[in-house]
Amino acid sequence: MQPRDMMQTVHPGHLRWRKWKNRLFAGVIFGLALLAVLPLLLILAYVVFRGAPGVSLRFFTSLPAPTGIPGGMANAIVGSIVMVLMATAMSAPVGVTIGLFLAETHHARWQNMVRFVCDVLSGTPTIVIGLLVYAMVVAPSGGFSGFSGSVALAILMLPTIARSSEQVFRLVPVTLREAGHALGGTRTQVWLRILLPTARAGVITGLLLAVSRALGETAPLMFTAFGNQFWSNNVTQPTAALPLQVFTYALSPYDDWHQSAWTGALTLVAIALIINLFARWVSRTRR
Amino acid sequence: MLSIEIKVEALHAWYGNDEVLHGIDLAIEPRSVTAIIGPSGCGKSTFIRCLNRLHETNPGARVAGHVWVGGEDVYRMDPIDVRRTIGMVFQRPNPFPTMSIFDNVALGLKFAGVKDRRRLRARVEESLAMAALWDEVKDRLHQPAMSLSGGQQQRLCIARALAVEPRVLLMDEPTSALDPISTMRIEELVQNLKQTYTIVIVTHNMQQAARIADQTAFFLDGHLIEVGPTSKVFTKPDDKRTEDYVSGRFG
Ligand SMILES: Nc1ncnc2c1ncn2[C@@H]1O[C@H](COP(=O)(O)OP(=O)(O)O)[C@@H](O)[C@H]1O
Ligand SMILES: [Mg+2]
Repeated sequence: MQPRDMMQTVHPGHLRWRKWKNRLFAGVIFGLALLAVLPLLLILAYVVFRGAPGVSLRFFTSLPAPTGIPGGMANAIVGSIVMVLMATAMSAPVGVTIGLFLAETHHARWQNMVRFVCDVLSGTPTIVIGLLVYAMVVAPSGGFSGFSGSVALAILMLPTIARSSEQVFRLVPVTLREAGHALGGTRTQVWLRILLPTARAGVITGLLLAVSRALGETAPLMFTAFGNQFWSNNVTQPTAALPLQVFTYALSPYDDWHQSAWTGALTLVAIALIINLFARWVSRTRR
Repeated sequence: MLSIEIKVEALHAWYGNDEVLHGIDLAIEPRSVTAIIGPSGCGKSTFIRCLNRLHETNPGARVAGHVWVGGEDVYRMDPIDVRRTIGMVFQRPNPFPTMSIFDNVALGLKFAGVKDRRRLRARVEESLAMAALWDEVKDRLHQPAMSLSGGQQQRLCIARALAVEPRVLLMDEPTSALDPISTMRIEELVQNLKQTYTIVIVTHNMQQAARIADQTAFFLDGHLIEVGPTSKVFTKPDDKRTEDYVSGRFG
C-alpha cells in the first residue's frame, strides 16, 4: 500500500478524532486506576495520622503496661518476628518442593489434586486454620504456644509459596533445562544446580509476600499463640504477637490503649511496606 | 574397511501419536562433519535429539530403532552416560544466566562428580581454548556469562559441551542466531574440532553445509531422502527432491 493512497482514503478529520478518542480513553483508565488505589492511600494516611502520635522509643522497647502507665509492644514485635521466621522455616522448604512438583513433573492427576488443595487452602478462612491447629497441636500438647502459632502461620503461607514458586519455575526457559540434561545432569542435579538458582529471585519474592501476609494475621493466632503480656522466651509457652496485641487493645475501653493499638497497626503496616519494597528490590536486582 | 562412529538403524520417533521420523538409517565416520539439511519441520532437530536421548525428555515422546555410538547401543546405556558421550549445542546460545563463565564450563564436570579445583580449572581452560574463547575471557572468568556477546556465548556453550570430554558433538543450527562474523568463527572452529570429535550439525544454510561438511544428509517429512559426500549431494544428487531442495526450488 502506498502512503499516497492512504492520504486519499483516510480523511484528515478522522485522524484528529481518533487521537482525541485515544486521549479520552487514556484519561478514563488513569482516573479508574486512581480510584482503585484511593482506599489504600486513605487507609495508609489514616493509620499514620492516628498511629504516629504514639511512636516513641518506649513503644518499641518496653512491655505492655496497665492503663494509665506508659507501655509498649516490644514483646509482641519480637513474638511476631520469631513466629513468622519459624513459620517460614517450616513452610518454605515444603512450599518450594510442592512448587517444583507442580512445575516439573508429569503426574497430571496428582498435580491437579495438589493444585486444588492449595486453592482451597488459600480460600479457607484463617480462623478455621487456627481451629484446626488448636485441635491438632494445642490440645494434644496441653496448652497455647508460640510453636503452635507458627504452625498455623506456616499452613497459611503454604499455598502462596507453592503456587508462586510453581509460576516462577515455569518461567525458566526449557532450553536451560535441556542444556543441563545434555551435559549429563540428572533431574535432581538440573533442579538444584540450574532451576533453583535461576528462579531464586522470584522464589524469594513469593516467600516475602507470604511472610508479609502472615505477619498481619490475627485469627489463626487466637487459639494457638494466644498472646502474652510479658516476654515469652520459650516457644512452648503462649507468645505475644503484634496483631493480637492490636486486637486486644482496640477492644479495650481505655484511650491510651487505643492509641497503642493505632501505633501497633502503624508498625504492622510499616513492616509490610518494608518487606514489599524489599521484595521488589530482590526481583529487580536479579535478572 | 572404514570405521563407523555412529550407526543409526530404522530409527522412528513420535510426539504423542505423531510419527515424525519414519525409519532413518545412517552411518557416520569418526572425526568427520555430517550436515543435516532439509526444510523446517522435516525432523532434523528431532533426529539429533534422538542420538543423545534428549528426545525422550519431552512428555509423550517415544523412540524405536537403534543407535550405536563407538560400538555401544545408546538405547541400552544409561541416558546420563549417553549425554556425557554426546555433547550438544543448541540453536540459541543458552549459557546458564546466573553463573559465571567459569561455572558454565565447569558445571558438566561437577555433575560428573569432579571436585578437585585444580582439575576443574585445567579442564575449563582446555575447553575454552578448544572453543577458541580462552584468549577473550581468560581475564574475566568469574564475570557473568551473560556479559559475553552472542557469538562468544555460543562458543562458551561449545566449551561447556566439550568440557565433559564427549566423543560426538551435536549442533542444532548453532549459527542461526548469530551475525556473519561470529558464524564464520564457529565454522572455522568446527573445522578444527573435527580433528578430535565426530560432529553432526543441523543447518538451514546450504552454503554452510557445503563449506564445512564431509557428508550431507537431506531430510524431508521425516524421511532420509539422500545421504552422501557433500560435493555429490550438492552437484549430482541421485534424487529429484534433493536436487530441487539444494537448487533452492523449495524450502
Ligand atoms: N515438542 C513437540 N511436540 C510435538 N510436536 C513437535 C515437537 N517438536 C517438534 N514437533 C513436530 O515434529 C516435527 C519435526 O520437528 P523438528 O524436528 O523440530 O523439525 P526441524 O528441526 O527439521 O525444523 C514437526 O512437524 C514439528 O511440528
Ligand atoms: Mg530444528
